[in-house]
Amino acid sequence: MPKSESRESHAFRMSRRKMMKGVAAVMGALALPEKDASAVVWESFFQKHFRELKPEEMQKVLARLEKEYSGQFRKAVKVRATPPREGVLYGYGLDLSRCIGCRRCVYACVGENNQSRNPQIHYIRVLQLEKERGVDLEEAEHYYNPKTVPEKGHFYMPVQCHQCESPPCTKVCPVQATWKERDGIVVVDYNWCIGCRYCMAACPYGARHFNWKKPGLPEGEMNPETHYLGNRPRPIGVVEKCTYCIQRVRNTPGRYTACVEICPVGARKFGNLLDPESEIRYVIENKRVFILKEDLNTRPKFYYFYAT
Amino acid sequence: MKKERMRRILAQAVAAAFLCLAASGAPAAHKEEGTPGAKKGAAEPHTPHGPQFAVPKPPFTPGIFPCSDCHKEMKPNPTRRTLTEEHTNIVLNHAQGQRWCLDCHDIANRDKLRLASGERINHEESYRLCGQCHGDKYRDWKSGVHGKRTGMWNGEKQYLLCVHCHNPHDPGFKPLQPMPTPVRPESIK
Repeated sequence: MPKSESRESHAFRMSRRKMMKGVAAVMGALALPEKDASAVVWESFFQKHFRELKPEEMQKVLARLEKEYSGQFRKAVKVRATPPREGVLYGYGLDLSRCIGCRRCVYACVGENNQSRNPQIHYIRVLQLEKERGVDLEEAEHYYNPKTVPEKGHFYMPVQCHQCESPPCTKVCPVQATWKERDGIVVVDYNWCIGCRYCMAACPYGARHFNWKKPGLPEGEMNPETHYLGNRPRPIGVVEKCTYCIQRVRNTPGRYTACVEICPVGARKFGNLLDPESEIRYVIENKRVFILKEDLNTRPKFYYFYAT
Repeated sequence: MKKERMRRILAQAVAAAFLCLAASGAPAAHKEEGTPGAKKGAAEPHTPHGPQFAVPKPPFTPGIFPCSDCHKEMKPNPTRRTLTEEHTNIVLNHAQGQRWCLDCHDIANRDKLRLASGERINHEESYRLCGQCHGDKYRDWKSGVHGKRTGMWNGEKQYLLCVHCHNPHDPGFKPLQPMPTPVRPESIK
């Protein structure tokens, strides 16, 4: 080591690098939530990744969120983090020969899952297609509005999250804020999402939606039965998606999803793909089934079928 | 000689044991191969005590049931005809010309329906009547694929009767008014 760079010689020297470090530290400190730096804000700021939370930490997080939401919506809000059930892989069937395009499912989903009313976020988009052309997505119409449906010569194809077995959306997330659970549901941790929207670009089904503004969710319409990875109220700047009503289906026994329950023609079927007695297995084994954009090898667990 | 006989007997015994095993094994294998629907169908004997599917009450027009309130005083007329005095609001649009009232409604007990076999059933079991012609739909309905289900995906389910969605006298599903269109992206402020 040359003598000129001994310990004493640069003890008080202000190098360019040191100065930049100092500036960065000050800027960082300024960016921290200073004005409303209550304990809650600090806790959420330093919260661990959902999958690294220990049980007692999880309880703390859920209690914190329940308190926050209960105050915000002025009612007792329950936030659960029910884990996946063993031996269950959820699958969904949609009967294209029955769907009449009435959009009841779209609004039942919004009511159940606490989506923003204004600006509007819908998990389900119903496409109107021409029978003569078949599934031709380029000619699909979202905004059909006749007096009554179905319209002559048309069929209807609702599209929502397909809960892929190899989901392209989770692969592109730079912070692992979205992943596939063991029961096959692809979920988002709204506390971890940085809002880069890479997942929205990666999803070939248009199933992910971004909160460009603070979600407009009226107190009266808020569903207080929530799940951490599902329908709990979302902050601004995060991505959200269909979770097969995770707050319902993971219970014992689990209720059908809101869209299955509302469908007036019974076109929607839901069940456990690993149970040979389930409705969805009957559909796959006995009906003509196809999956959307099969060529992309996303392996959806959402099966369109023709019962007749 | 004796040795050969012993060997023959032994061989026969082995063959017999093999056959026995195969015979007992075959039905088990067959059972496993059955479709879920077939299995459910097999486990669904028509009990004389009532329906074995949890269904809500049949959607009768208010005040019309029990039919015997009016009919018990009347003399049944088995002649095929168009009704001109009562039930004129019922216009049959369901294989009309091939059938009339008393093909499905029992002539002797008006509170019951009548199967082709002559068996009388309650309105709560009307799916059996529909299933006589619509066997494929009946099979799908029993396995939970035709028609609407509510309740628990892994627990108790609520079924609907055929007649909750299809008017038995005019069974085509009626068009509905669609819910509002989504807001176009350019209109979201």
